[in-house]
Amino acid sequence: MKGWLLHHRQAALQAFRRLAATPLNTVLGALVLGIALALPAGGEMLLANFQRLAQRVAATPQISVFMALDAGRKEVAEVESRLRRHAQTREVSLVPREETLKRLKESEGLGEVIDSLPRNPFPDAFVVVPRTETPEALEAMRAEFAQYPKVEHVQLDSAWVRKLDALLRLARLVVTLLATVLGVALVAITFNTIRLQILTQRDEIEVSRLLGATDAFIRRPFFYFGALQGLAGGLVAWLAVLGATLLLRGPVGELAGLYGIDFSLHILPLADSLMLLGLSALLGLAGAWISLRRHLSS
Amino acid sequence: MIRFDSVSKRYPGGIAALAELTFAVESGEMIVLSGHSGAGKTTLLKLIPAIERPTQGSVIVNGQNVATLKRAAVPYLRRNIGMVFQDQKLLHDRSVFENVMLPLAIAGVAVRDAGRRVRAALDKVGLLEREKAMPVALSGGEQQRLAIARAVVARPSILIADEPTAHLDDDTARDIAAMFHAFNQVGVTVLVATHHEALFAPYMTRRITLAHGRVVS
Repeated sequence: MKGWLLHHRQAALQAFRRLAATPLNTVLGALVLGIALALPAGGEMLLANFQRLAQRVAATPQISVFMALDAGRKEVAEVESRLRRHAQTREVSLVPREETLKRLKESEGLGEVIDSLPRNPFPDAFVVVPRTETPEALEAMRAEFAQYPKVEHVQLDSAWVRKLDALLRLARLVVTLLATVLGVALVAITFNTIRLQILTQRDEIEVSRLLGATDAFIRRPFFYFGALQGLAGGLVAWLAVLGATLLLRGPVGELAGLYGIDFSLHILPLADSLMLLGLSALLGLAGAWISLRRHLSS
Repeated sequence: MIRFDSVSKRYPGGIAALAELTFAVESGEMIVLSGHSGAGKTTLLKLIPAIERPTQGSVIVNGQNVATLKRAAVPYLRRNIGMVFQDQKLLHDRSVFENVMLPLAIAGVAVRDAGRRVRAALDKVGLLEREKAMPVALSGGEQQRLAIARAVVARPSILIADEPTAHLDDDTARDIAAMFHAFNQVGVTVLVATHHEALFAPYMTRRITLAHGRVVS
């Protein structure tokens, strides 16, 4: 056991020495791998953030009920009363047509347009927060509210979240495909690096075999080399994603603020970061393993 | 310790290197293998650490039959055999110390103990002062002594050498021959293939002469 651990220590040190012996190659290799890995890792980071946003928005679905333009105060009050009495509504708030007009007038660039209108074109509206979140129940509520007198249009505000969710699922698939393709690229790059290492270490391998080295002894430093190279690539990718997140955080938060959303980009969580580093090392190991099987079989 | 029994070796292409070779080497002997170029000396030496396998017959080394030895067992057989190659096979990107350290690293000897043993081996061959030098900075004789230090550092029971005095001047060659004798004196079984039989004659216990792959005397 002690000897086995000693062999691993020696192999790891040897792999470090080989990496340190050619610093430029090591850095360039890590950059190539890092950039390749940064694409799916960055995609994953963005997806996680958008999913968080979608979940937050989807957590409070709303139904907007628009009255007809000719609906009078009494009819508006009647609908409000029915909405408040409905078993599935949690909150009901009236947005009077005058307030909508006022808000839009205050919006940048719209004041003059609104002033040029001959009359207020906006209807009274209710924003209903339902107790339920199931799509079927929400759809049933939408249909029911549409039947109320003088109700012109009912809009289920969670519909776009479902669309966003479908879009995010598609994006996740794209990220997964990208990660697979670039993961294969990482394996291929490591495969080739190890092949070149074997060629340059041919004498040492031959002498070691003559002196009684087992296959495991000869292969071990290459395994460490592959894993370390993959890990270095993963680290570069992680740093790239971290840097991009920090750079984008301000502008994205600002943009979200313009839409009235309190949102900021989060960096990759610890579990995802560890998974990125672990997977990178594993892919490097896989590339080394395939290369050793191919080039060091005899 | 070493027994060749009806050993034949034929290389691909039908070239017969050894034919029906039978002899035994007892523990502690110092054997000189002589014969003309192409007589089969190198092939014979290569059969002992299973660098080559016999086409026919059996080669028993420390109780193990090299002809049938599994591939995975070969490294462990080799760890008990010190080898000095005709072309030395030194690692030119490693220092003298690191070259000698390699067999001990392979054997999993603890670093501190290994360092002591490496220095002891270098001291025996007179290279202790040059432990940090690179092999390319050594003379031919020093390189040969380095190869010997590497061969004996793991304390093998058998030491084989293929033309260890080739390309060396007479004085250096005599030193090398004396070095093999010194290792033999402490119980190491030595087999040396050489054209310089006279150098080893004072030390050898026996000579095996080969001609066309057969023992002639």
